[in-house]
Amino acid sequence: MITKLTHMCVYVLNQDSAYDFYVNKLGFKVHTDAPMGPGTRWLTVCPPEQPELEITLFLVAEGNMFTKETVKTMTQLIKQGTFGAAVFTCNDLLATYEELKSKGVVFRKVPTKEFYGYEALFVDDSGNWFSLSQMAAS
Amino acid sequence: MEEPNQKMYLYKRVVQAKLFIDHHYAESIDLQNIADEAFFSKFHFIRLFKSIYGKTPHHYLTQVRINAARQLLTQPISISEVSEAVGFESVTSFTALFKKLTGSSPSVYQQHYQKRKMQIAINPLRFVPNCFAENHGWTKNRNFQEVTL
Repeated sequence: MITKLTHMCVYVLNQDSAYDFYVNKLGFKVHTDAPMGPGTRWLTVCPPEQPELEITLFLVAEGNMFTKETVKTMTQLIKQGTFGAAVFTCNDLLATYEELKSKGVVFRKVPTKEFYGYEALFVDDSGNWFSLSQMAAS
Repeated sequence: MEEPNQKMYLYKRVVQAKLFIDHHYAESIDLQNIADEAFFSKFHFIRLFKSIYGKTPHHYLTQVRINAARQLLTQPISISEVSEAVGFESVTSFTALFKKLTGSSPSVYQQHYQKRKMQIAINPLRFVPNCFAENHGWTKNRNFQEVTL
């Protein structure tokens, strides 16, 4: 039986910029930052209170995994905001929204009441969008 | 929550106070400074801060200082320098709090980090799930495994 999610991928267009966004703006912790040869880096971060989940900031670059054509297509799709990567939760959405906004994080959707609680949507530095939710008290 | 003008006004002030802690944790600030920053009475400020962040401003300040210390301890800096750099007046109280919150002393933490850094440099593949490494072609080209320190 599957027990846990340990790694997930977010495809990014620039790892230095992604590091700044996820670490300095979102406040995530760096889990592993390992150089893997020229121009290649294994970079994973964790949400502050979830150190066991590694979010891999995966560079979209031509190489073994991606052809030149794939890179072109993926870059375009990511920039267009096609991919919704994950749902994050927080204790207090309004406070988190205000804080992230003050740090320059761009929101696609302001905090809004939904049937399950409150939700906002923000985008990362590449164009991936995320839901930021505060679940209603049960 | 779409039109929370009054609430947003209060939230903005608390967020401002939280950011004040984030930016000034290394200075000798106390709770009154933080409450002043948010234009609150001390009591009201503590209550509101705790309802939003789940901990008192004092506990949050301590946590920020310890997190900053963890970051500094990844560098070859002495424990006393780290203690001072994150706003503690006493190395003893810093060491005790650090151990209480992280489970290890600053020096053990620093040694552990250096050891892990060396392991990553020597054998980075150990820290990458094999499926990713294979897809990247990293398992075929292991030149970077031969790094020596």
